[in-house]
Amino acid sequence: MIELSHYLAVSAILFTIGVFGIFLNRRNVIIILMSIELILLAVNINFVAFSVYLHNVLGQIMAMFVLTVAAAEAAVGLAILVTFFRNRGDIEVDDASMMKG
Amino acid sequence: MLTQIAFYVMAAVTCLSGVAVITQRNPVHSVLFLILAFFSAAGLFVLMGAEFLAMLLVVVYVGAVAVLFLFVVMMLDVDFAKLRQGFTNYLPIGIVVGLVLLFEMVLISLKVVANGAAAGATPQAFTATESNIKTIGHVLYTDYAYLFEAAGFVLLVAMVGAIVLTLRHRPHVKRQDIFTQVTRRRKDAVDVISVKTGEGIEE
Repeated sequence: MIELSHYLAVSAILFTIGVFGIFLNRRNVIIILMSIELILLAVNINFVAFSVYLHNVLGQIMAMFVLTVAAAEAAVGLAILVTFFRNRGDIEVDDASMMKG
Repeated sequence: MLTQIAFYVMAAVTCLSGVAVITQRNPVHSVLFLILAFFSAAGLFVLMGAEFLAMLLVVVYVGAVAVLFLFVVMMLDVDFAKLRQGFTNYLPIGIVVGLVLLFEMVLISLKVVANGAAAGATPQAFTATESNIKTIGHVLYTDYAYLFEAAGFVLLVAMVGAIVLTLRHRPHVKRQDIFTQVTRRRKDAVDVISVKTGEGIEE
């Protein structure tokens, strides 16, 4: 039998990798979006682990909603990215200050 | 024993491919490692006994989100080498924040495992009578039916938003306009003139 703490450890490591990825690739929006996906995956692992170990199916339902929101976020994020690329010809987020006025 | 081996293999693959996602030079490789991470996370879900979510993860993430990323990465002509400049600028602060985060999460996890609600908990046993998907369905379509519909609405709004954001009307492209086509009348289009012989028409 695998302990609950093992799954929590995997989740914590994955979450940290995701946050670290945002810091590491600050100029590349595509990698930042992928890091956010990693973070949400870590959250999902946490939800499912607690759901299974507490014998309560609610955690899995929450994980499903997280999955839904993650899919929607990826779709809208990539659409914004495509529009941004069309306007700028580049995806550098460092100088994305067009709305500063 | 086999379960333990499977867990450690899949946990290691998940974490290592997570590292590969954020360090790869080529974003296409990053997306492929992201797919690998999702796939092994789905394996972890199966190990826990959440088969339905595992399959959902494979279908939604590997089948839709990752392919969407792949499309965008391959469609945009971006100079990724330029974006790599200053890659290590934020490395120190990133390491500090990451370590603090990890430390805090491990601390809380240990506390929860030791004295939380899940202290000494054993995973849900596999039962032959009620499958995982049946249990989820029983709860999802009764107690959380409104939340379920809200999730559908979120997806609808995201779809409409993505289409609105990327739709582009080019000014010099001829399109079919059904309204003007249908409302066109004979008198707008045809002029019947009786021309006298030998005089012609003056414009």
